[in-house]
This record gives sequence, structure tokens and C-alpha cells, in this order.
Amino acid sequence: MSEKRMLILAPGDNVGVLLEDAKKGDVAVYQNTRVTCLEDIQFCHKIALSDLPRHTDFIKYGEIIGYALRDIKKGEWIHTHNLDDVRGREGKL
Amino acid sequence: MDQMLGYRRPNGTFGVRNHIAVIPSVFCANHTAKLVASQVQGAIAFPHINGCGQHGKDLQQTIDTLAGIGRNPNFGAVLVIGLGCERVHAKDLAALIAETGKPVEYLNIQEKGGTLKAVEAGVRIAREFAFQLSLQQREPFPVSKLILGLKCGGTDATSGIAANPALGLAVDRIVEQGGTAFLSELAELLGTEHIMKRRAATPEVYEQISAVLSHTEDVLERMTKDYVRTSEQAALVTPGNFDGGVSSVSEKALGGIHKSGSCKFVGVVGYAEQPKGTGLYLMAAAGDDSDIATSLVAGGAQIIAFTTGRGTPTGFPGVPVLKITGNSKTYRNMEDDMDYNAGRVMDGEITLEQAGQEIYQEVLKIAGGKPTKAEVLGHDELFSIGRYDCF
Repeated sequence: MSEKRMLILAPGDNVGVLLEDAKKGDVAVYQNTRVTCLEDIQFCHKIALSDLPRHTDFIKYGEIIGYALRDIKKGEWIHTHNLDDVRGREGKL
Repeated sequence: MDQMLGYRRPNGTFGVRNHIAVIPSVFCANHTAKLVASQVQGAIAFPHINGCGQHGKDLQQTIDTLAGIGRNPNFGAVLVIGLGCERVHAKDLAALIAETGKPVEYLNIQEKGGTLKAVEAGVRIAREFAFQLSLQQREPFPVSKLILGLKCGGTDATSGIAANPALGLAVDRIVEQGGTAFLSELAELLGTEHIMKRRAATPEVYEQISAVLSHTEDVLERMTKDYVRTSEQAALVTPGNFDGGVSSVSEKALGGIHKSGSCKFVGVVGYAEQPKGTGLYLMAAAGDDSDIATSLVAGGAQIIAFTTGRGTPTGFPGVPVLKITGNSKTYRNMEDDMDYNAGRVMDGEITLEQAGQEIYQEVLKIAGGKPTKAEVLGHDELFSIGRYDCF
């Protein structure tokens, strides 16, 4: 386990951005915020800063970037497998 | 106000390069235009696939684009080459470009009697242009005469965190001094309407912005309604964007809009449209990097500032494209193609403000003649005329 640098872009964001590749068990650190990674998370990918119920909006830059497709645990990797967006959708799933 | 060194044009604009554009009015004249340009120092051909078999707004968009390229002040003189029977007439196109007061000539291949005779006539015209342009010296011009086109491509999450915000600070300095910048890439602004509402100079400007964004989403829906996607093909986000940590078009858009800085949008211009005033504009262009870059240049941009997270080597013929990456790994990996490493902000080596200042200084140097990495290597992929309502 080691500490990895993280960025939280705006107050109120519920996801942070890893500034280094992190392994499961590493701790993502930004100022006083410390979150244990529940899985490997690559450079520039997002991590949940708290538990978030299904359909919660994900907030980055202080803005909505999508919503949770299922219940999210603090420390989970947030990406297309658990985030969807209502904007600019092509065709149908 | 800061100044740069450029080439004064008769209509009061300034070029940061001094090339001769050889523009085919129709694809049938492509090879002839390329042969002419290959014989004359400083001449650049603009081959394309359009100019005939087009109708209405789509035809008009091609005419506007070719005229806009010719009118761009980086081209000191223009030769238009037509075939003779196409829908975009060489003579009419030349007349639109000649409104700028710059030297413009045209010829038609059928009238000249075929390729060889047309090439000879074209080379003689372009050679005279080369002599004329060679006598011109750079002179100082103010930042208020600069139009900077803003573009991103090969986006990853560093673009929204470092490269775009740093570029935005440079754009603020240009616009605050009376200069002009174009934000574009409509499909990648979906999800930023509430920010645009705050940043529109007037309610009328917001109505225009809202209308072009909503139209973009309608076109997207129409083009894809019977198309079954997988989540990885989802809308407007490329596999590279996903790999780079961008998860949705909203996330991409919220990062992308940072490159326009914090000034108010004073208006909306159409594809390839030259603005009547100065300031920050939204240009209604969508499509791939080349469709949009071409619109920026046709609109009058003398320089394109291009942010990229994953790295792209592309350039525009006759127009410097400044590559800014927010990703230090990409900078090291593609240093031969990257002009500026804003990834040092991510690495904690410099502040965002320092990066903005350095990018601004780099724009001034490039305006004054310093070639970009893409120019040095001859990259010219970004010229491609967008088709109306198709992206």
C-alpha cells in the first residue's frame, strides 16, 4: 500500500482524479481527503469519494458528468461500466 | 497592448505566414493545382473532394469555406483553378477572395486546353505572386488583430485539468486586449448549456448558442436513431478518450469549454464565417478535427491552438497549429510533435497561471514566424471541408 496523488477539481465534487497509477489498497490523497482504492485505478481516471446510491449524479468540476448505473462504494473506479450520461447519445443500447 | 510581427494585407488584416494558396474550385482540378503548387516556392495546394454535385446549403458551405481559406490573411496571394463546368465557378470564387484586396487570379483547365497548358499558365501566375510576396517585410501588429482558433483532439482527462484551463488563461489575455478567439466543436459542448448561459454576453447570444447546440443534438439523433450502439461506441467519445479517463460527453465538454477562458461570448458565427467584430465567438462547426480546423481557418484564424492528451501530429497547410498537451507522458512520448507541455501543472512543477503565460508567449513567437513542430515536419492533414449537417 502506498499513497497516490489525487486531484479534486471543485468543492462538492464526489469523484476525484488520480494523478498517478494506483493499485488496489493504495490510498488516494488530496489535501485532507484520503480514500482507499478498492481496485486498480489508472492515471487520470476517477475514484468515488463517498458511497453513492444508484442514480446519483457524479460531480466533477462542480458539474454533473453523468449518473451512477448502480450503487457505488467509496474508493471504486468510476468509468463507463458504472456511469452513463443522458447527453449526446448515439442510437440505442 | 502586446504586438507581434506579421504581413499586412490591403484590408487591414495581418498574416502570420506569407504563402500563395492554389485553390481548386472543384475536385477535378486537384491534380493540376498540386502540380502548380509543387513548382513555386511558398505555394500550397488545397485539394478537396467537393465543388460539384452539391446543392443548397451544402454547396454554399463549400463555397464559403474555399472563399474563407483564400481570404485568410496567412495567404498573401491566391490562384483559383477550376475545370470549367463545375458548380463552384473559379471566377466567382476568385471574386469573393479578391474582396480582400489581395492579388487573386483564376484559370479554367478546359479554357486553357488541358492539364499541361493549365499548369504552365498557373505556374506563371503563381511565380509572379512569389516575386511580389518576397518583397514584403513583417511589421508590428497588435494582439487585437489576432484570431486564434481553439481545438482539441485525442482528449484525455489531462486536457480538462491542465491543457484546456492553461490555454483558457492565454485566451483571456488575447481577448482582453481586443483580440478574437473561436471556440467550436459543437458536439463536444453538449452538457455545457448552463455555463454558456452565464457566459453569453446577452440573452440574444445565449439564444443563438442554445439553438446551435440543440440543432447539433437533433442532427445526431437523426443520423443515429436506427443505429444500435454498444456502450463503448456511445456518442462522441472515442476509444482513446475512454482509455484516457473521460467517461461521458458531458465530462469531455466540461473539460473542453475551459479552453475558451472566462470572457463572455459576444456572438455565434456559422461554419467558415468570418466575424464582423472582435472578441470571443462560438463557431457553429462540428465534425472531426479537420472539418473544424478548416472552419476555423476559413473564419480567419491565423493560428490554431490545439490541446491533446493522447497526442496527435496533425497540421494545417499554411497555418501554424500549436500542440499543447496536459500529459507529461505524452509529451515525452511524442516530443517531436508536441510544442508545449502543460503536464508540468499536473506534476506540480509549475502553476496553471505560469502555463497560461507561457502558452501566450508561445503564441506571440509563433505569430512572429517561429514554426510549430507540425509545420517543421510538413503536417497538412487538417484541411477538409465539412459537409452541411453531417458530422
